[in-house]
Amino acid sequence: MSNEPAMVIVGAGEAGTAAAIALREGGCRSSIVLIGNESMLPYERPPLSKAILIEETYPEPKLLVTHKRLAELEIGYLVGRSVESIDRAAHTIRLSDGAQLAYERLLLSTGSRPRTLSIPVAPGSRMATLRTYADALAIRQIIGRKCEVVIIGGGFIGLEVAASAVSRGASVTVVEAGPRVLTRAVPPSMAELIQAKHERSGVRIETGAMVERVDANEGRSRVVLADGRTHLADLVLVAVGAVPNVELAQAAGLAVANGILLDETLASSDPHIFAAGDCCSFPHRLYGERIRLEAWRNAQRQGAAAAANILGANRPYEDVPWFWSDQYDETLQIAGLCREKDVPVARNLGAEGQLFFYLAADGRLVAACGFGTLRAIAKEIRVAETMIGRRLAPKAEALADPAISMKSLLV
Amino acid sequence: MVACAADALEPEAALRFDHGGRTLVIARSPEGDYFAMDGHCSHEKVHLADGIVDGYIIECPKHFGAFDYRTGEARVPPACIDLRTYEVKVEGDNVFVKI
Ligand SMILES: Cc1cc2nc3c(=O)[nH]c(=O)nc-3n(C[C@H](O)[C@H](O)[C@H](O)COP(=O)(O)OP(=O)(O)OC[C@H]3O[C@@H](n4cnc5c(N)ncnc54)[C@H](O)[C@@H]3O)c2cc1C
Ligand code: FES
Repeated sequence: MSNEPAMVIVGAGEAGTAAAIALREGGCRSSIVLIGNESMLPYERPPLSKAILIEETYPEPKLLVTHKRLAELEIGYLVGRSVESIDRAAHTIRLSDGAQLAYERLLLSTGSRPRTLSIPVAPGSRMATLRTYADALAIRQIIGRKCEVVIIGGGFIGLEVAASAVSRGASVTVVEAGPRVLTRAVPPSMAELIQAKHERSGVRIETGAMVERVDANEGRSRVVLADGRTHLADLVLVAVGAVPNVELAQAAGLAVANGILLDETLASSDPHIFAAGDCCSFPHRLYGERIRLEAWRNAQRQGAAAAANILGANRPYEDVPWFWSDQYDETLQIAGLCREKDVPVARNLGAEGQLFFYLAADGRLVAACGFGTLRAIAKEIRVAETMIGRRLAPKAEALADPAISMKSLLV
Repeated sequence: MVACAADALEPEAALRFDHGGRTLVIARSPEGDYFAMDGHCSHEKVHLADGIVDGYIIECPKHFGAFDYRTGEARVPPACIDLRTYEVKVEGDNVFVKI
């Protein structure tokens, strides 16, 4: 590697990899270096809680790029190394192997990590979190027939693992501190539909359940709740959300709140340093507020957008947020942000699914979420996404009426 | 093989056609021409007939991978493997696919 300053990307997940490719495809002539602290090629995380836990045969990760493609694009990939510090005055970074690298521009795509619980856990308890391929393989090995799994947290990842584990024959209990699962993410009636689906499939869900501690119990774990209830477990998965990896940015003196603070063009408080993906917080024009997303499509598109801006496009990033989650044979899709202050309008698609649209005070459509078969909901959510992006204000009555095609409202 | 009636689709729309263990997507272009391609996305096993048609592109309903349905070419990631296409003829009131 030459000593010429390079385009340096820290974190080889969805955002970092998309950025590296977009830089080269966008005409960048400098050398591009992608640095990742995991020990393999970049891969997709969403299958970790789904296919990878269920597949019969030994599951391979779904890779984002091949070595061949990286070589074609002349992207240098430093695998298994982490960036330890940034010297902003000298425009250099230091790696875990001691190497130093000069940067022309720096992109931080360090992602997020599972939040931990601050409760006493007895030594020897089998605790797990899920973020990496290695985490998924470890969980996969344990879940199976006759195995009892307790999942702390009724969010998307917890519920997806619950679905995968029962399908492998495990006995599964989800303990959720809030009054229902998916508290912040979807409207209450949709959360109820999803919860009912899990219960029909044999997952036990206990809400209002605060975990107090985890004891050891003859080689197994005992999860003790504040109200005295206990659950024996061969595996305890802690799935209580994620925290952004901001320590590197923070130590370098960049502005950080819930995520690395960016402007609309995804530049940090240092104009030579950009960020993208789960680790950043950015102002979104559609919502007039700062948001941080933990979503696959955002990571990709934001990575590519940051790359374009590094190359001088200077465009505000205003992609409509989009998220999906698989629950058994059905899918949940959310376009936009479901906020409590906006008014939800339901469109009932019968047995095939349910849609909710959120209208802001000024009548604009700001979010849509759907749960059901892909066939029933995907096109509608896709049209809604376009409407949200165009700031359209469809009538609530029309949205609620399944007989009125969504496409006809796209005017 | 008759896949559908010649007026079964509006322009920029698609439908699913199953035959002999194979599943295809039949798409109609903005000009009204018919095309046929393997039906499952090459990223995961999701049927493309449930996605939207925009110009000559059909978008996967699951993660927005997209294909040119005239050539089967994967155009937008995460789809990166091309799909097979089939010859199509419109005769009389029917759309025929050569499988
Ligand atoms: C189990 C699971 C299931 C999911 N399912 C869905 C889903 O169904 N739908 C959806 O929309 N989203 C889903 N997501 C979320 C989605 O995967 C993330 O939003 C996305 O991966 C974020 O990409 P990222 O590039 O920002 O971060 P990451 O993918 O986390 O990549 C960041 C990388 O940077 C590395 N890194 C961090 N610090 C350093 C350093 N100092 N030096 C070097 N490397 C570093 C990390 O180890 C990591 O490899 C899921 C996530 C998980 C974990
Ligand atoms: S299944 Fe088609 S893009 Fe993923």
